[in-house]
Amino acid sequence: MAELDTGFFVRWLTRTASAVDREADRLTELDAVIGDADHGSNLRRGFTAVTAALAEKPPPSPGAALGLAGRTLVSKVGGASGPLYGTLLRRAGKELGDAATVSRDDLARALTAGVEAVSALGGAAEGDKTMLDALLPAARALPESFTAARRAATEGAVGTVPLRARRGRASYLGDRSIGHEDPGAASALVLVAALEQTWEAADE
Amino acid sequence: MSDPAGSGAVGVVLVSHSRDVADAVARLAVALSGGTGGRLVAAAGGAGDGGIGTSSELIVAAARRVDRGAGVVVVADLGSAVLTVRALIVDEEDEDPGGSSGEGTLPPGTRLVDAPFLEGAVAAVVTAGAGAPLDDVVRAAEDAYTYRKL
Repeated sequence: MAELDTGFFVRWLTRTASAVDREADRLTELDAVIGDADHGSNLRRGFTAVTAALAEKPPPSPGAALGLAGRTLVSKVGGASGPLYGTLLRRAGKELGDAATVSRDDLARALTAGVEAVSALGGAAEGDKTMLDALLPAARALPESFTAARRAATEGAVGTVPLRARRGRASYLGDRSIGHEDPGAASALVLVAALEQTWEAADE
Repeated sequence: MSDPAGSGAVGVVLVSHSRDVADAVARLAVALSGGTGGRLVAAAGGAGDGGIGTSSELIVAAARRVDRGAGVVVVADLGSAVLTVRALIVDEEDEDPGGSSGEGTLPPGTRLVDAPFLEGAVAAVVTAGAGAPLDDVVRAAEDAYTYRKL
């Protein structure tokens, strides 16, 4: 299996930032239905700062790239997605340690640890209509391939539509949260799709 | 300690989505402490731009302002305020590969209390103002959940 280096991780994060920028309005519209209409703009602010931080202080390893991105999201986002995505990336980065290159299996393990940390931080489980519904299946499918992970995230995000929210502001809506895609699961898919695209671009 | 509300006292940080709410609850808590909590409490309300939201930078700055070495208690309102403080506390315990998390972290021994915002804030500021140690301030704030109104 090909090894993933620091450049791969930086390209993944900057590609995510571009995708978040493109998708920000759609994410905010999803959030306007069951949340507080700030998900897209908050994530855009956070990932714009991530791109700047990576350029200003080039990270020495894949783990350091994720750690820097995570810390930047916690400090810049200003909504719940900051500490949640920040924890995901920081915990995953910590799991990768100082290794100069990592395998896809290493990344799958690191993301699993990151997703577990997100679950512990927010108290949510799979099926609660959160970002975990896209991230957990993606982390489980990643050992198979990047494409399998993206497909699993897509199914997970679409699968939040019939769910009733049990966490966050949307949970106050009870049954009225049913029938809408969760914005956190939608943005998690953006992150996983950017990972697949980064791999495909590197493969060409 | 000759000055219970001075050096060595526990600090209290109030984190709300709204700057107005955090500032007003801080003033209320200080008033109900008979003024003894005045120098121990700092409000960290709203997003960095003054709008509704949470700012980890404001939270860290507030905690450092009231840290006198005896610990800092954080009372938060909802959602991202709680999650941001919890993520910052993990931050303080952890170090990322390839870079320290030293800058922008909470003072050592900062505790998030599981308490209702206003009642917890008043209990924390009153007990901290009386010179109580960290564990007692935390307990007083968390006991606020048991004050039944009916």
